[in-house]
Amino acid sequence: MKRAAFGHIGFPILLLLPQLVIIAIFFYWPAAYAVQSSFYAQDMFGFTSTFVGLENYTRLAGATNYVNALNFTVIFTVLVTFFSLTIALLLAVKADKVIRGAKTYRTLLMWVYAIAPPVAGLIGVMLFDQSRGNLTQFLASFGYEFRLGVNYWDTASAMIAVSVWKQIPVNFIFFLSGLQAIPRSVREAALIDNRSGTSRFWDITFPLLAPTGFFLLIINITYSLFDTFGIIDTLVKSEPGNNPLTLVYRVYVDGFRGGDLGGSSAQSVVLMILVLILTIVQFRFLERRIHYT
Amino acid sequence: MAQVTLNQVRKVYPNGAEALEPSTFTIPDGELCVLVGPSGCGKSTMLRMVAGLEDITEGEISIGDRIVNDIDPADRNIAMVFQNYALYPHMTVARNMGYGLKNRGMDKGQIAAKVREAAEMLNLTEFLDRRPSQLSGGQRQRVAMGRAIVREPDLFLFDEPLSNLDAKLRNQMRIEIRALQRRLGTTAMYVTHDQVEAMTMADRIIVLSNGHIEQIGTPNEIYEHPASTFVASFMGAPPMNLLEADAAQGRVTLKNGEVVPQASVNGHAGAVTVGIRPEDIMPSPQGDLTLDVDIIEELGAQRLLHGQMGGQAFSVAVPKDQEASTGEMRLALKPNAVHLFDADQGRRLG
Ligand SMILES: Nc1ncnc2c1ncn2[C@@H]1O[C@H](COP(=O)(O)OP(=O)(O)OP(=O)(O)O)[C@@H](O)[C@H]1O
Ligand SMILES: [Mg+2]
Repeated sequence: MKRAAFGHIGFPILLLLPQLVIIAIFFYWPAAYAVQSSFYAQDMFGFTSTFVGLENYTRLAGATNYVNALNFTVIFTVLVTFFSLTIALLLAVKADKVIRGAKTYRTLLMWVYAIAPPVAGLIGVMLFDQSRGNLTQFLASFGYEFRLGVNYWDTASAMIAVSVWKQIPVNFIFFLSGLQAIPRSVREAALIDNRSGTSRFWDITFPLLAPTGFFLLIINITYSLFDTFGIIDTLVKSEPGNNPLTLVYRVYVDGFRGGDLGGSSAQSVVLMILVLILTIVQFRFLERRIHYT
Repeated sequence: MAQVTLNQVRKVYPNGAEALEPSTFTIPDGELCVLVGPSGCGKSTMLRMVAGLEDITEGEISIGDRIVNDIDPADRNIAMVFQNYALYPHMTVARNMGYGLKNRGMDKGQIAAKVREAAEMLNLTEFLDRRPSQLSGGQRQRVAMGRAIVREPDLFLFDEPLSNLDAKLRNQMRIEIRALQRRLGTTAMYVTHDQVEAMTMADRIIVLSNGHIEQIGTPNEIYEHPASTFVASFMGAPPMNLLEADAAQGRVTLKNGEVVPQASVNGHAGAVTVGIRPEDIMPSPQGDLTLDVDIIEELGAQRLLHGQMGGQAFSVAVPKDQEASTGEMRLALKPNAVHLFDADQGRRLG
């Protein structure tokens, strides 16, 4: 590559400045502010704040509702990631085999992608509605009374189902393009080497999809942790009550509803550290990701 | 070991394109049969139907004494070598070669022994633990060969296995593949569009054009008695000269009025095409034909004189020690140099 020569260090910095300013204002400043306020306790109206050291953090570790949210978040993330990946992979494998009408099929599957999370949540609310929801009625026909927003595990299942549904298209697109990147002749060679379609999938297709799969794993964990906020918010109708909550939603509930800015900030800092770890994992493994060519 | 028979095999793709007209032929056990023809003529289609990778629209294919139309590719006991090698990128060379055997339930020790044996044959022993991405093109080609050999198939199928290699390596691998096939005595179908490969490797050549078989024969038959103008111009380098001419009263006359010696037309009259290979004609002051040379092409061992004969393009190959210059010259035919074809269909006359 050709190296551009700048006479003075000032010029490149000038070019980078807009980007740096945006990052500083919208990312570092709030992050630094959150770190700072996590060491302070504020009164209800936000007029005074006192330095309390690590108290906000120790309080978190002891708070049952925080530990509950942490446990739920782990279960939620594992289930959403697992189901959205496996269902999308299954659909992609099927779509990859479709020859006639393939375009229509794929477009239909991708539409869901264009739906905003709160709207997805609203659709979920409608489906699981106490009196009119199609799914509620469907379950009622088996004698099960589904109570969204009242029964803890009913609400949790609805959250998981809607979150999975919303994430499938993204995974589907990536898996499908991953599948289509496998050369036809490699599959044909496998067809001659191995009679069983299932074992061909596990021996050839799956390993060749692994890089895509790993990338999606990280994306899906991040999604489950953070981007499901809108879905959860609509499903619990902003009334947390004793509903299941994820860590991110707790930050909002404690900070903006509970007025506990210090505790909320401490939770944010914990989440920031989590993101940092995920990012490091992603870079370390994705950078080394094997390119089979 | 097996012979391969195609009986009225036809292929129409779902989009309605007829890639292969009904074709019938038999490849005897142990022969190497080359399918040759220009791009898009249906060579791969034919090979892929034999492999079971493509449905057979009509007709029957048998390998040995089994009709394989409804038999899974994995159960046909064939091995295929693809143009881009189609190695499994995530497996080592050893696993690539052993994968087919593993799926047949062979035990590990036996697989390892077979893989090692094939690797030795192909000089691949030191690469057994590498991935395909860590090999050169020629080495990958060998691995693909090895993967085919270890299966001890009834039939090898090659789809342009050498076309991604450079010229030198291609010549070397051509000889190796031929020798290997001879040694193993396994029947083989070999697709190429390179007529040199076809001539040098084949026991039998099938020339395809536009989805139909133009001619089946030994390399010698194809060269000496091309069945059509298509075969005549496709097989042989430099290609055969084809001249428009007229037959009347047992004589064949070129457009410039010169009579072509040796041409016996057996009562045929009207427009004909005269075929003369550049190497079957030589400069001679007493010659019957006149060539107006405008370009001389040096090829090392020989030179090619390109020019006009009776207003039509014509080339002559002369040995390098023979003087050549542009301008008019006389040419004489070597024995049995003239091929005659009818002008409409291009079929061979006599
Ligand atoms: N899947 C397909 N659907 C429709 N038509 C096809 C398909 N595959 C091949 N064809 C057509 O069938 C004809 C024969 O194709 P084929 O691949 O057998 O040619 P080929 O002789 O192997 O050519 P090449 O030397 O370029 O590989 C071509 O006209 C091609 O366009
Ligand atoms: Mg082909």
